Amino acid sequence: MDALHEMDGVFPADALRETGVTVREAGPGDEVAGVAPRWVALPETTEEVAALMRVSAEHDLAVTPVGGGTKLHWGNPPERCDLLIDTCCLNQVLEHASGDLVAIVQAGVTMDTLAETLAAEGQELSLDVPLDGATVGGTLATAIAGPRRFRYGTARDLLIGITVVLADGTTARSGGKVVKNVAGYDLGKLFTGSYGTLGVITEATFRLHPVPDDRRWITVELPVPGAGAAGRPDDAPGLGALVAGLAASQAEPSAIEVDWPDVRVGPVVSVLVEGTAADARARAVHALLEERGTPWTTTGPPGWWGTPPSQDVLLELRVSPSRVDGALRAIAAGGPPAHVRGSAAVAVLQIALPPDVGGAVLADYVSRLRDDLGHLGARLTVLAAPRDLTGRLDRWGPVGALSLMRQVKERFDPGRRMSPGRSAGGI
Amino acid sequence: METRTLDGLARHFQELLGDGAVITDPVRLRTYECDGLTYHRATPGVVVLPETAEQIAAVVRACNAHGVPFVARGAGTGLSGGALPRTDGVLIVTSRMRRILSVDVADRCAVVEPGVTNLAITEAVRHLGYYYAPDPSSQQVCTIGGNIAENSGGAHCLKYGFTVNHVLALEIVTPDGDIVELSDTDPGYDLLGVFVGSEGTLGITTKVTVRLTRAPETVTTLLAAFDGIEQGGQAVSAIIGGGIVPAAIEMMDALAIEAAEAAVACAYPEGAGAVLIVELDGPAAEVTHQFDAVTRICRETGAFELRVAADPAERAAIWKGRKSAFAAVGRISPAYIVQDGVVPRTALPEVLGRIDLLSREYGIRVANVFHAGDGNLHPLVLFDDAETGAGERAELVSGKILDLCIEHGGSITGEHGVGVDKSRYMSKMFSDDDLDTMQLVRCAFDPRGLSNPGKIFPTPRLCGEVPGVHKGVHPLVESGQAEQF
Repeated sequence: MDALHEMDGVFPADALRETGVTVREAGPGDEVAGVAPRWVALPETTEEVAALMRVSAEHDLAVTPVGGGTKLHWGNPPERCDLLIDTCCLNQVLEHASGDLVAIVQAGVTMDTLAETLAAEGQELSLDVPLDGATVGGTLATAIAGPRRFRYGTARDLLIGITVVLADGTTARSGGKVVKNVAGYDLGKLFTGSYGTLGVITEATFRLHPVPDDRRWITVELPVPGAGAAGRPDDAPGLGALVAGLAASQAEPSAIEVDWPDVRVGPVVSVLVEGTAADARARAVHALLEERGTPWTTTGPPGWWGTPPSQDVLLELRVSPSRVDGALRAIAAGGPPAHVRGSAAVAVLQIALPPDVGGAVLADYVSRLRDDLGHLGARLTVLAAPRDLTGRLDRWGPVGALSLMRQVKERFDPGRRMSPGRSAGGI
Repeated sequence: METRTLDGLARHFQELLGDGAVITDPVRLRTYECDGLTYHRATPGVVVLPETAEQIAAVVRACNAHGVPFVARGAGTGLSGGALPRTDGVLIVTSRMRRILSVDVADRCAVVEPGVTNLAITEAVRHLGYYYAPDPSSQQVCTIGGNIAENSGGAHCLKYGFTVNHVLALEIVTPDGDIVELSDTDPGYDLLGVFVGSEGTLGITTKVTVRLTRAPETVTTLLAAFDGIEQGGQAVSAIIGGGIVPAAIEMMDALAIEAAEAAVACAYPEGAGAVLIVELDGPAAEVTHQFDAVTRICRETGAFELRVAADPAERAAIWKGRKSAFAAVGRISPAYIVQDGVVPRTALPEVLGRIDLLSREYGIRVANVFHAGDGNLHPLVLFDDAETGAGERAELVSGKILDLCIEHGGSITGEHGVGVDKSRYMSKMFSDDDLDTMQLVRCAFDPRGLSNPGKIFPTPRLCGEVPGVHKGVHPLVESGQAEQF
């Protein structure tokens, strides 16, 4: 039966509206990676999301959840998309138990709003968010993280409980509001990075940290790398050794970031230290950096700190920390001009290419880097790129446990209605 | 399961693994009839001692072909019956897989086999200035494979997190018998995160890549004595509220102190109604600052004595009483039940008060030992098993303590796992929909339900399992091979 037509005398649009949830026709700007949905629903509670999902199941509607929309152009386009569930009205911080260092929030709360709420009690979610306007749900679904992932881990490490609505409308919770909890499977982990393909995240519970008393950023610009063949620089000047030394330092940095806008100039390295003794720790880091350049210390971050180098054509490279130099050499060795930025200590680097890079050039570049870096155990994914550039390019590359992931998808969403095809391996 | 099927499988395993790696002798099989929770016992049908992932995969495939359940076991130190074998099944013991395959300081990781003990990892990298952070109290003997199954914690997970935060990659044998890599760099679903803590129900770990942590520049341990547990609790709240996240905050009440004194003469301050152990670590400048704040807070909240460890020996002396607490109660009570519930830390005063009321109401003594920083209670419910009805009353109190944890938004287990011991409590903590959703994960990995069946989930729902009862001191503790928190 045509999904968009009558079922038992009820049209899906009417059935959606009968849930009592605000539903509108989709319009320009609602596309998911270029695919236009038919309707947009704005639920305010988990129960309303469940009602929408039950109707969607009855009418075989394909559903994509959306938060701030900051990463809707990331990932594969969905195979189909009838209903966008916009979580903008799921915007309540439900509980901030400051004495327990725990917060329970609805998925549509923006990370900025959450930060403001928590800061009022001197606390924070120690998860840097690269994009303004990102919501809790979108941040979890895409598993993005910023500089302090080195110290505090990523979203999956800070998430201690989750509420989700599955494709058939079932509401499920796992975890809870205590940090120490090993009862049952951790569904929060499963949904972190799932790109909306398993269900809709409606609430999340996070462990928090006190806002550090003080922060210092110590920054240094490294020398211009030596020229290699064909006049191109062929080396990042010992970045790996420097970062390894910083990572092992007893000053315990919270983040070690690199910004390398142009391979013809030296990269900039910036180190964050936090805490009551930030000054003393900053001096220790300063001393380490002095061996490589002329560092300076600030009480605020560099302008580029924690933001992606571009939102147009953005790749992410993950490699072992000791292989960073090799990875940077490969990036510098050819292809379009690349701007590299990211968490040097955990070796998660973002690569921005010019927006006018052609599809063929992009495909060649991705293919070459995967070939060059495969032996280093590196993984290169295309986070964001216009649809006309990606063509038949595999955004994710090979995925180790894809068969198991497909089995999980099949169990959770046998009708392939949750953002079908949007995640790794076309899940 | 027909005996001849198991006999046939045993012969097949002997061909695969060699005679010495297969145990069928009834007396030897009984060595493996329980884990650290000795109340639950079952003699395994067959025991195999593989040395490679390929051997485990072959064993699992053979089990699959015959519909025979299989259970993985490390050192058997688990406290929830997670490695309880099946009489109709195969027990796969990883004790021969204990090689440290590589240590890579540059990448801050080590690759090890599942039978390697937790402490052995730290011992292999200590000279390099690194250690493996999660430290369950049985770390001298418990295996990393078991830690992964239970997502083990330890006293220091308040600051450093649990096993799941320190595992970078796993090689597993799936319940279908495939060898699969799970990595934290894989895009898509975080199967690594789901697998850790799945108590052996999603497959068997055959290789582990763990994160190594830099040893801190400074460690300071202090012990504060209070008149009562309430004042100690206020100190904990003030420390956390003051923005300090210590490496560990542990508390013991008067009965637990009495037991520890009886067992190891730890010489805690006389007259203490509660003792608090606070450990701070990190950059020297930071620790100094935090130490000043913590000592001030302890004094302000009524600590009548403070001791600071001047060296590792004194630190060990402070920890000795705490670490011996479980074993110690075996000396002041003929039998006991250990619980592992969790409550939000701010609920500790109320919950401890309610536990005291329960204790009085049922005439059952409860010694409280707990990870105060993260609300993980380990109440020790003491009783005389020679006294008619005492065991039943103790079980009732034990169960009601878990009810209290659930009522306050906590968990029925913080680090020991659900196993067979607490599966019947799962439906109190989670709805049927929650549990059914978890079953979707189980079915994706293990559609036939052969991997460690009967654990975690309440099936059958009226199976009548009872909380575990301990009698005396655990043999591993008695022999000095293990400590219990």
